[in-house]
Amino acid sequence: MSDCVAHTAPEPVFAEPWHAQVFAVTVALNETGRFDWPDWAARFSDTLKRHGLDRELNGGNDYFFAWLETLEALLAEQGTAMPDDVNRLRNAWEDAYLTTPHGNPVQLTEK
Amino acid sequence: MPHDDHDHPHTLLPPDPALRVKALETILTRKGLIDPAALDEIIDTYQNKIGPQNGARVVAKAWTDPDFKAALLKDATSVVADLGYYGRQGEHMVVVANTPEQHNMVVCTLCSCYPWPLLGIPPGWYKSDAYRARAVREPRKVLAEFGVTLPETSSVCVWDSTAEVRYLVLPMRPEDTDGLTEDELAALVTRDSMIGTGLPKVPS
Repeated sequence: MSDCVAHTAPEPVFAEPWHAQVFAVTVALNETGRFDWPDWAARFSDTLKRHGLDRELNGGNDYFFAWLETLEALLAEQGTAMPDDVNRLRNAWEDAYLTTPHGNPVQLTEK
Repeated sequence: MPHDDHDHPHTLLPPDPALRVKALETILTRKGLIDPAALDEIIDTYQNKIGPQNGARVVAKAWTDPDFKAALLKDATSVVADLGYYGRQGEHMVVVANTPEQHNMVVCTLCSCYPWPLLGIPPGWYKSDAYRARAVREPRKVLAEFGVTLPETSSVCVWDSTAEVRYLVLPMRPEDTDGLTEDELAALVTRDSMIGTGLPKVPS
């Protein structure tokens, strides 16, 4: 019975919310002309190939890790988002989550 | 999950990559390069509006209308655009028809190129190393794992999608479906049958 359910239950399009977010950011930047899609696909496939050298990628979380890494590298190369700024804001978001009482909206206080 | 405790006073901390994505979003939004509302629209579109049901309508129409089928095989991009299926990742789509002699299946060996306007976002297995590597090398074995066994007389043709050309398989119309409407036919068309790793359902 469970076997039947496994085959018929629809799979979520995005397994994790951040998969959807990084996907949408990339599509939005492509649409506003920050890079073209063949260039993106070439860079992304290079990252996938590199990640796949020492282990087999399952097409889930690891696929979007590679996606994020490709986007970060591309934006750093363009000078659009530098690694130091990304790290600083990443830590600022972490602080915001850890200091916001449960149930309240999480907001960034860092400027 | 270190922050799953209900007694914990603060908000659940998302995983590291989620924080990195938020950092990118913050930078890009502050620079005016992205609009958070546009991101929500993109996610909503792919979660709720675009999916294999689009491709299924195209297949069902091709099964019932020989002129449409001929036009589809000749120039899929403009034919499906007339039905409203165009846009991101659909700039150049090619439809390949299964016949009793030839079964087609689609892969993207480099990454995960896929006809988004017709099928939505690809499933996890399409993006996996295992499928990408093996679809070309041992297609019959991969098909068997998907439960598809082809007659010995049928050849298997594997199409490698790229950022420039994205393929869709037109499966063969199942037998005993003469009296069905286009809508009823569309319900038989599965996502996997349009990737070539499955066959259409048979009417119950």
